Amino acid sequence: MTYVVTVLTFGGIYALLALGLNLMWGMTGLVNLGILGYYAIGGYTSAILTAYLHLPVLVGMLAGIAMGALLGAATCVGLVKLRDDYLAIATLGFAEVMGLIAQNEIWLTNGTDGIGQIPRLFGNLRGESFNLVYLCLCLAVVAAVFAAMMVLRRSPFGRVLRAIRDDAMVAATAGKYVFGFQMKALAIGGGIMGLAGAVYAHFIGFISPEIFQPQLLIYTFLALILGGRGNNIGAVAGAFLVVIIVEGTRFMVEFVPSLSAVQVGAIRQLIIGVGFLVVLQNWPRGLFPEAVPKYAPPAKHSAAKKI
Amino acid sequence: MELVTEIAQLVVNGLMSGAILAVPAIAFTLIFAVLQITNFSVAAHIAVGAYAAYVTNSVFGLPIILAILVAFVVSGLIGVVADHLALKPLRSYSALTVAIASMALNLVLENILRFCFSNNVQGLSVPVYRDWIFGSIHVAPQNVYNFIIAVIAMAALFALLAFTPVGKAMRAVADNSKLADIKGINPEQIARLAIFIGMGLAGVGGVLIALDAAIEPTIGFRVILSVFAAAVLGGLGNIPGAVLGALIVGVGEELSLLALPVAYRSAIGFAVIIVALLFFPRGVLGKR
Repeated sequence: MTYVVTVLTFGGIYALLALGLNLMWGMTGLVNLGILGYYAIGGYTSAILTAYLHLPVLVGMLAGIAMGALLGAATCVGLVKLRDDYLAIATLGFAEVMGLIAQNEIWLTNGTDGIGQIPRLFGNLRGESFNLVYLCLCLAVVAAVFAAMMVLRRSPFGRVLRAIRDDAMVAATAGKYVFGFQMKALAIGGGIMGLAGAVYAHFIGFISPEIFQPQLLIYTFLALILGGRGNNIGAVAGAFLVVIIVEGTRFMVEFVPSLSAVQVGAIRQLIIGVGFLVVLQNWPRGLFPEAVPKYAPPAKHSAAKKI
Repeated sequence: MELVTEIAQLVVNGLMSGAILAVPAIAFTLIFAVLQITNFSVAAHIAVGAYAAYVTNSVFGLPIILAILVAFVVSGLIGVVADHLALKPLRSYSALTVAIASMALNLVLENILRFCFSNNVQGLSVPVYRDWIFGSIHVAPQNVYNFIIAVIAMAALFALLAFTPVGKAMRAVADNSKLADIKGINPEQIARLAIFIGMGLAGVGGVLIALDAAIEPTIGFRVILSVFAAAVLGGLGNIPGAVLGALIVGVGEELSLLALPVAYRSAIGFAVIIVALLFFPRGVLGKR
């Protein structure tokens, strides 16, 4: 029971990451391989404020969102004008540097030992009931962000983002300030990922540079590609599917006897990597492809009449 | 005076580590030139090469030179097979989709190595030499040998590209693949060859790194940012640029020790990427 609840909570955290990535990449077309940077800064901000400065958890979480958003906007300034492949490399480097900071600025992050004893949101609840209540909170947060993203996607703002994704030049020609829209998209996406980090930190109660594991980056991209890039429903569904796959591999390898712990871990990563490639090769648009609004061109004869 | 010798020492160290970086950086940039794809799985192929050399050298006790050849062939072949299975079916989609898929491929290869060799740190068996001392500059002979091997590998690639018909065809595809196709060059074959040579070189780079450091499944991942930085600084797809970029990154990383704690050494790669993209978007050797 605790296991299922924990797994679902992680599903919610992945869903937040996937929703943030969907806004950046799925809707706006900015490939960001630095997403763990926002996730980490959200988690660390909230952890530092609540564990060191004893501020309320809600304040910590809000600050985590704010820091994620700030970092998202900051990324935009330096990197957003780059061509796709350069952007991918540069953002990957950005996350790497964030990881170095988390490891080495010991006065702030306590280095590789990490920050423990992060206060929980419902301090008086114990064990099972805490997990259940926290799961409900996590799912409520996912639902709220999901609803906001659905509204945003349909709003004029979301339409501009998708226009930029499809052709930034056309959007600019239509008088849209592309840079501003991209910055807002990265800031909002960064904020959502910061929130994901804060939710993680207050669930586990501990945060360390270990959260910069490259697998998490792969999981998030897998979630979005599996679900359907550009589609919020796909992002959430994909995230929960990824958690099921990731946890499912745990049971699959149990049937293989006499493997060391490292080998078991390696096989699980292997299955996920292969799964990623299989999905991409067979369902490149995901299980829930983005519904592209059909544009009905005006009938030819009406155009001809005008001339 | 103290500072001058210290700087000279760091520059020498940087040039030697830069020459080693140049080998996988060339691999990355060569594959980009021919296929227009940023292939992140170079990191795993560095590790494949390092382990191939480990098996040849430490397990079977064969000499390092042979281990380097084995590493080239093994990681080149694995590169071709992996590309054929994982990335080639995706080539009709955007280059970016392939780039993301190459991250998954990287995860797969790295974990195959982890499954076979575990996370334990391994090493190549090489004799330990006393440092050579020139004036007040210390040089480890192993580093000099590595430097020479790196230069030979690069010279071989340049000779291949400059003087052989295959090399000419490869440059033609890199320059304009449609035109090359019209002229009867099979771009598929050339792509396969570029991947074989590229990933083979990544493997050789892995051996050179392993001669200097411990072998573990993430050996490639640890240097990949510097490799990318070198290639980006040289201009993606520009092979001489990648060499120059690698030397600059190598020296930059060493000189950073004057101002930054060692732990931030690898942040130099990122700084170089940003500076390169802001000031030399087409690479240091690129035309403005």
